[in-house]
Amino acid sequence: MLGYIDKIKEISERLLSENKVDMIIGFKKGTLPMTNEPFAAKKPADVKEFVWDSNCGINLTNYLTNRKERIGIIAKGCDTRNIVTHIIENQIDREQLTIIGVPCKGMIDRCKVDKMFDKCISEIAENDGKITVKGKGFEKTVDKIDLLQENCKVCGHRNPVIYDELVADLVNEQENLDRYADVMEIEAMSSENKQNYFNDLLSSCIRCYACRNACPLCYCPTCFVDESKPQWVGKGDNPTDIMTFHFLRAYHCAGRCTDCGSCVRACPMGIDLRVINKKLEKDCFDLYGWEAGLSLDKRPPLDTFKPDDPDDFIK
Amino acid sequence: MEHFGVEPGRIHFSWISSAEATKFVEVVGKVTKAVKALGPNQHFVKNRAKVA
Repeated sequence: MLGYIDKIKEISERLLSENKVDMIIGFKKGTLPMTNEPFAAKKPADVKEFVWDSNCGINLTNYLTNRKERIGIIAKGCDTRNIVTHIIENQIDREQLTIIGVPCKGMIDRCKVDKMFDKCISEIAENDGKITVKGKGFEKTVDKIDLLQENCKVCGHRNPVIYDELVADLVNEQENLDRYADVMEIEAMSSENKQNYFNDLLSSCIRCYACRNACPLCYCPTCFVDESKPQWVGKGDNPTDIMTFHFLRAYHCAGRCTDCGSCVRACPMGIDLRVINKKLEKDCFDLYGWEAGLSLDKRPPLDTFKPDDPDDFIK
Repeated sequence: MEHFGVEPGRIHFSWISSAEATKFVEVVGKVTKAVKALGPNQHFVKNRAKVA
């Protein structure tokens, strides 16, 4: 994965100097270790800022909504699935985009790294599936596989689903995944245990809406939680309001969520928000055989009507 | 909703035409019976702020 960067720079420089695109969205090094940040290169000279390693988890599709420019975007498997969703939902035109596909081997979860050490981390390096973490007076090498984000562990679409350029050969997809083990665990609980589980899960939520802001699906000009006429949901820290926000947001993402993990990554309180969205992802898969963002030609299940749609819940 | 801990039987969906008065009565009867059997809702309740 480390070797990708030369190819990314080469492709980006070519696209910009041939004036094929107005900008290229990628990553540059962040101010702290493990916090690579989005960066738009507008001139061939900007390209040298680009980086690519296992800390490029942010879903860049978020920056495409309603753009008018011709954009090149560096996209992992999950990013391309969200780009497909964006195109289907008319948030951007396919013709505007030059997708630079990056076959992905998973991103690392910086919370996991932080938890391993009680001291400040000053440097992180990776080499051949190993991550070396350095700080003042310590250095430790860990297998990358132990630090992967939970969503990357169960990712079945590491390769880009659409692309114009490819930075490397496609990687092998993970097989025999048990994608919904955590959802099934909750499904098996009694109602009371479910209540306790979700009360506990969301008890630390501070309603900062970082999850919503990081999510490429949440592009509504005014979100339902920000509306005041009518006010759909209370704005305080009442547990019922918090829960209402989270389950309504999950409904809005039903059949669209690609399990990119943006919400979890953005959460400052470390809440595992994926368990909420994944239930609807699983339902869409079970009921309609649908996985979001795989094809430009298929309409999403909540957007179509078929006479044989399951309707057992209507009595 | 059931995934979030609302008991099965508390939420009902039905399709009733405006011409189906008897079906409406039937469904309302069934729903009230099922919900009463479950008792007052304890989850997803927002209490009014207590003012001294």
